[in-house]
Amino acid sequence: MTEIKNIRRELHNFQVRLGVAGALVLAAFAVLFGRFFYLQVIQHQYYDTKAVDNSIAIMPIQPNRGLILDRNGVVLARNYSGYTLELTLSKIPNLEATINDLAKLVDIQPRDRRRFQKLREESKGQDNLPLRTRLTDEEVAVLAVNRFHFPGVDIRGRLFRQYPLGEVAAHVVGYIGRIDDRDVERIEASDNAGNYKGADHIGKTGLEQKYEGPLHGTTGFEQVETDASGRIVPRGTNVRTLAPRTPPMPGNNLTLTLDIRLQEAAERAFGDNRGALVAIEPATGGILAFVSKPGYDPNLFIDGIDPANWDALNNSPDHPLNNRALTGLYAPGSTFKPYMALAALELGKRTPNQTIFDPGYFMFGNNRFRDDKAGGHGHVDMYKSIVVSCDTYYYTLASEIDIDIIARFIGQFGFGAKTGIDVEGEFVGVLPSREWKLKRFKTTPLQQRWFPGETISVGIGQGYNSYTPLQLAQAVATLANDGVMYRPHFVDYIQNPITGERTSVEPQVVKTIPLKAKNLEVIKHAMVGVNKEGTSARAFAGAAYVSAGKTGTSQVVALSKNEKYSEATVAEHLRDHALFIAFAPADNPRIALAVLVENAGFGARAAAPVARKVLDFYLLGKDGTKPDKPAPPAPRPVDEPPAEDDDRSD
Amino acid sequence: MTTAAIRQLLERFAAKIDGPLIAIVLCLFALGLATLYSAAYQAPARFGAQALNALLALVLMWVAAQVHPQVFMRIAVPVFLAVLLMLLGVALFGDVRNGARRWLPLGFASIQPSELMKLAMPLLLARYFHRHETALRFREFAVAFLLLAVPTAMIARQPDLGTALLVAAAGLYVIFLAGLSWKVIAAGTTAVLASLPVLWGVLHDYQRRRFLTLLDPSSDPLGAGYHIIQSTIAVGSGGITGKGWLEGTQTHLEFIPERATDFIFAVYSEEFGLIGASILLVLYLALIMRGLMISANAPTFFTRLLAGSITLTFFTYAVVNMGMVSGLLPVVGVPLPFISYGGTSLITLSLSIGMLMSIQHHRTLVQT
Repeated sequence: MTEIKNIRRELHNFQVRLGVAGALVLAAFAVLFGRFFYLQVIQHQYYDTKAVDNSIAIMPIQPNRGLILDRNGVVLARNYSGYTLELTLSKIPNLEATINDLAKLVDIQPRDRRRFQKLREESKGQDNLPLRTRLTDEEVAVLAVNRFHFPGVDIRGRLFRQYPLGEVAAHVVGYIGRIDDRDVERIEASDNAGNYKGADHIGKTGLEQKYEGPLHGTTGFEQVETDASGRIVPRGTNVRTLAPRTPPMPGNNLTLTLDIRLQEAAERAFGDNRGALVAIEPATGGILAFVSKPGYDPNLFIDGIDPANWDALNNSPDHPLNNRALTGLYAPGSTFKPYMALAALELGKRTPNQTIFDPGYFMFGNNRFRDDKAGGHGHVDMYKSIVVSCDTYYYTLASEIDIDIIARFIGQFGFGAKTGIDVEGEFVGVLPSREWKLKRFKTTPLQQRWFPGETISVGIGQGYNSYTPLQLAQAVATLANDGVMYRPHFVDYIQNPITGERTSVEPQVVKTIPLKAKNLEVIKHAMVGVNKEGTSARAFAGAAYVSAGKTGTSQVVALSKNEKYSEATVAEHLRDHALFIAFAPADNPRIALAVLVENAGFGARAAAPVARKVLDFYLLGKDGTKPDKPAPPAPRPVDEPPAEDDDRSD
Repeated sequence: MTTAAIRQLLERFAAKIDGPLIAIVLCLFALGLATLYSAAYQAPARFGAQALNALLALVLMWVAAQVHPQVFMRIAVPVFLAVLLMLLGVALFGDVRNGARRWLPLGFASIQPSELMKLAMPLLLARYFHRHETALRFREFAVAFLLLAVPTAMIARQPDLGTALLVAAAGLYVIFLAGLSWKVIAAGTTAVLASLPVLWGVLHDYQRRRFLTLLDPSSDPLGAGYHIIQSTIAVGSGGITGKGWLEGTQTHLEFIPERATDFIFAVYSEEFGLIGASILLVLYLALIMRGLMISANAPTFFTRLLAGSITLTFFTYAVVNMGMVSGLLPVVGVPLPFISYGGTSLITLSLSIGMLMSIQHHRTLVQT
């Protein structure tokens, strides 16, 4: 009886415990249901958005970059489509091993590895970097087949920038390069950051940099569905319905005022010499040729330059990466004299016929300033002073004008000031004056003082004078244009490739220097004389047009007062630079230019022949090609008669 | 043969099969296969394999249902010892897969002895308490705890936290149902809570991370938190009605990890929503209630304890799995019964159901 009772009680106890367990089950299921209800009803919207965010990505579609064309439509920068091999660093656990494995499939040179390494260092924020560019069709096929072995390795089809002419006009066109950390900062600070989503490249130098905005185009957008590993689900097989795509708008094309055949002719004319040349259309300020020698191949920079090429370019004693025309600073030498002569006329310090006697030197206090010609030029008037480039004439003149007055007058031609040309980075140079010296030298008041003797050197274009070839060209173009200065520019018009709509870069008058026509006439006449019977007569012998010019020699090392410069005893890179400024035709200038040949000695010998070749090419189409259609002549102020031809015989 | 003969044969064939249980199991299989079809769209072979697994499971269930509960009691000790030996074998010669030593190579195949322990453990403890039914004192319970602790520790060390948890739960259910004093339960619970810091020290790094990421999944969104974040998104984005069969974006864009196995519930509730999840809850609840009923009506102490423990183990499976997928519980490798892809756990699950059926069928026959 007790046993049965016991069993009953135990059974009862057991069932109580089962009941407790059952209650626990119900409670747990209620909690689960509560959780599902919370997630699926209350928080549904949140998680649904999360699910969409997970798999729907906005993919930027890169626009085609605009082309860069010369004035005749010759392509200077273009795009072609090709494939790159790109690595997504975060998805690759062992980068070295992956690259080694890839090297078994496609050609990966040590150069590619070094370039990749450099890219990694320069763009730390970026996950996706190219290991190889311009894959061949075979390589693309091999990689496509083996892709699943390589997580984080992708083949990307994209447009490549190409500069078909290579070195020609490299300093003008510039290049694009991969967006680096500094670019990222700049882009993020701009109000155009959205347009660079997914972009890898940006203009780094030259026109590619300056006109990045119009060239880049407008990035398009597309909704894509991606799976968990980030792969894009092909359209048509999507799990979701996607919004239609917004196509990208291609960048605008730039048409330049530059004549690439003239540019080529000019570059050829330099031979192996280093130097710079800037040719401007005086009536518009349009740049016709813009040379900095030696050049470099901008194609090397597009996807990151490999260290070997970089070292070769960067460490070359010839500094090919320097844009000499824009940033090279040189004393103008005797090419300064026409402006000094004009200053003398305008300031009433000299008349054209007034002569001085040149004994071959000029004494200033106890200092003797040497003339180039031992024994001197004898009696010299203004015409002769320019034609034979008489230093003593200008020593004397400079000693009579205060430096600040010289600076004020000369400065009107743009010396020592930015020209406002449409590329970045131009240098200012030095237009010497008391104010400049005060700012330039900071240590002692003695250093800051201007000494009258210093003005004497300035008068022949030496001393503190230092200007860019671009400034020299702008000055001579302004002179040729009778004092009307145009802003120099490369781009003629910007064209929308779809609508064909053109935005012209209108010639922009910077200023009109108030100059007397008769004074201008004297100077131009003398410059015609230079090419006809003066220092550059040999270089211009037999020219079929009348040109005006002036030779110059820019000292690289200052000589002590009585020292005589001897080319033979001076190291090559310390030799004088040869300079030449010119415009032609003299009565109706269509082209004005400045030439600088580094360490080539006298301007007449090295620089004038370069100028002759360029002028011949442009005006006569010598070189076997037809000349360009001439630009409309410069509009002339009506009250100034056109310059007359020189009436002197040879 | 006459129709009557066929009917008789069928009746005899189905005599020991419990109607409600088989109905629930078939429903679960159907839902499971439909979900797997969607989850394993990239590996369609899995669907056929799982269908075969289900057939095999039904056969095992039928076989187990034919066995008399007395036989279960008789084989309890040998089975336990054999499985314990195999666990020892695993520790000594086991294959390491995914960083855990769980598999015992048998030449022709490998098995996970820890999986078998899920049945061997309640069998042994039920039998032990049955033997000492008349005099259950503190000592008996202490021995039972010891019997439970050794294999659980061995499994936890493999490491296989999910299975260790289920084995421990199965054993604890037996001990609880056998009548462990409430005072001891209260004291034990307090002791466990107090020893949590110690337990923390024993856990593997990856196990600790799982607990930590449960508290804040976003702390490691691409690592340990990824599973929880993605499965929670799948469940939540399913909404009330779900995205529809084969329409789950989290599933089909591969955001759900282990979507055919441990995380299949994420696929299910993404595509079938709260309605689908509720149906599943009801099915499991029905299964558990039926099991508890069978336990309550079981004829002997052994069968009562066994049926109760088996049933509550089902409950543990379901709650731990769904709780983990919906972000309530840490990620432990526990499959969703009859739904998750895989044959191993299905064997023990179907044997368990078969045992329940056997106990139900023999509820009056043994009563003395």
